[in-house]
Amino acid sequence: MSDRKEAYLDYAAATPLDPRVIAAMKPYLDGCFGNPSSLHTAGRTAKTAIDDARDVISGILNCRSSEIVFTSGGTEADNLAVLGVARKNKNRFNHIITTTIEHHAILNSVEQLVKNEGFSADYVKVNREGIVDPADIIAKLTDKTILVSVMYANNEIGTIQPIASIGKAIAQWKKENGRRPDEAPYFHTDACQAAGALNLDVKALGVDLLTLNGSKICGPKGAGVLYVATGLKLEPIIFGGGQEWRLRSGTENTPAIVGLAKALEISVAEKEKENVRLAALRDKVIAGMTKIPKSFLNGHATQRLPNNANVTILDIEGEAMILYLDELGFCVSTGSACTSANLEPSHVIRALGLPYEAAHGSLRITLGRFTTEEEIDAFLAALPPIVEKLRKLSPVRLDMKNFV
Amino acid sequence: MSTPDVVSKDQKNNWLYSAEVKDHFFNPRNFMVDDDGYVADGVGMVGSPACGDMMTVWIKVDPQTERITDMKWRTFGCGSAIASTSMHSVMVVENGGRTLDEALAIRPQHIIVRLGGLPDRKIHCSVLSDKALRQAVNDYFRRAGKKDRMVAENSRVIDKVLKITDHDIEEAVLEGADTLEKVQAKTKVGTGDPSCIPEVEQLIRFYKEKYFN
Repeated sequence: MSDRKEAYLDYAAATPLDPRVIAAMKPYLDGCFGNPSSLHTAGRTAKTAIDDARDVISGILNCRSSEIVFTSGGTEADNLAVLGVARKNKNRFNHIITTTIEHHAILNSVEQLVKNEGFSADYVKVNREGIVDPADIIAKLTDKTILVSVMYANNEIGTIQPIASIGKAIAQWKKENGRRPDEAPYFHTDACQAAGALNLDVKALGVDLLTLNGSKICGPKGAGVLYVATGLKLEPIIFGGGQEWRLRSGTENTPAIVGLAKALEISVAEKEKENVRLAALRDKVIAGMTKIPKSFLNGHATQRLPNNANVTILDIEGEAMILYLDELGFCVSTGSACTSANLEPSHVIRALGLPYEAAHGSLRITLGRFTTEEEIDAFLAALPPIVEKLRKLSPVRLDMKNFV
Repeated sequence: MSTPDVVSKDQKNNWLYSAEVKDHFFNPRNFMVDDDGYVADGVGMVGSPACGDMMTVWIKVDPQTERITDMKWRTFGCGSAIASTSMHSVMVVENGGRTLDEALAIRPQHIIVRLGGLPDRKIHCSVLSDKALRQAVNDYFRRAGKKDRMVAENSRVIDKVLKITDHDIEEAVLEGADTLEKVQAKTKVGTGDPSCIPEVEQLIRFYKEKYFN
């Protein structure tokens, strides 16, 4: 197993830092270390950097700077959105709507509210291609619903949800039910995976809350954003010095915040060109992988992120494929149970109505800024012999007709 | 997607598993290349693709010496499932082959020692080949008309798909798994046959009371 061709094809898990982001962060890692809450020059310099970052991000989101809350990442922003809105309004409202394919940062926050805090939740199903129907969301709304949370694009299968349509439908429901636009139910979207590729204008999307993070867009880990529409009250989940409009205490992570803003700025500027380039590479990956007998695409063929391919290869198991690929230098991911902490296969692939077998054999290939066509070609050449070898070892002979 | 939380036993080595596991995973021994022309004296099967692990074991037995002269296998599963089946087959046929009784005495722990260890949470779910071999040996006795020799399970099968016994659940509880979730994390019980879960919960209560109250 020599002849390694290093190719990192797991951008949905983490992305390398763009050198321009590193350059922007560097002064705050090496030199400018002040606490943004301090009144002296060192503190004020840091404060200015954070204010500038906030302005950049609010410009991209088409919102006010005062509506940007910096967090430690996507998980914290999701937690703050769900727990913060629900707890602040628990006297009048006790119902949450989300989907079966959300990230665990949402699902486990909702579960916490249901298990321990007297809330109830509806989990709206997606269709076979992984898309939510806005009508299914509206059908679940009650006068007790405080929050609707639907992810913008899925981290496993890359499907893009009709967020703007859901936002419009919720606004319409409010009108019909005598609610002001700034009253419940509120609408949250997790845009972590979407950030590099899709429109982030919160007005156009019709969302009250939106989650972003740095580590999926060639920015640093340890920085996230929750957009919170003016007037929407949240209960903090972290208490202390009252930073971030009292919503997120703790000394700000200046270098990471600066890096996040720079990363977002770059990905928005390069989005149009990059989406075209990546979609062509993605389609090459999908075409190449589905050429393997007994394989199929998970998720929607076109309504998906330009960087995401997720293909199930039957009769073999994902972890085994990943380890063989890793040995050759290819980093990819799987929905198989064998790599998860709870030994449960991907809830997203299962939510498509597919059996466990489909999740165990799924491979996710996600591309990004530094992915080249040569890497894709090398990957597509390396995969078929691995599949052939593992199939020789496998006693399983599934019938393809049960999966299409 | 979930992040792998299995870590290398050998922290100096960046690989997930021991060098021995790696070797057997990339260079599996004794796997069944072509079963068409293969005349087995016994065949055993355990698991299902839905559970993420499934294996078939074929054996040849010398009726005079009762030694297992050949053991072939196929495994659907993760790295440790493939490596442990491969290692098990080596252990069964080495030195001219173990007798049926000797082969049945091989426990998952023995395979794991020879593999240089496995991540804890991989042990119960991926080492299934002892169960598949026990089935193959029973199949041999059935075919040979020695039904009295068929190994009576000293424990009762709870999960019919994964062939998980009450003894497996007892061991998991003894290792500290005191909830259904923790027992499932160790054994995967119920993932292929959810109907057994109420009984599993009852057994967990029983063994907790037996050992910890």
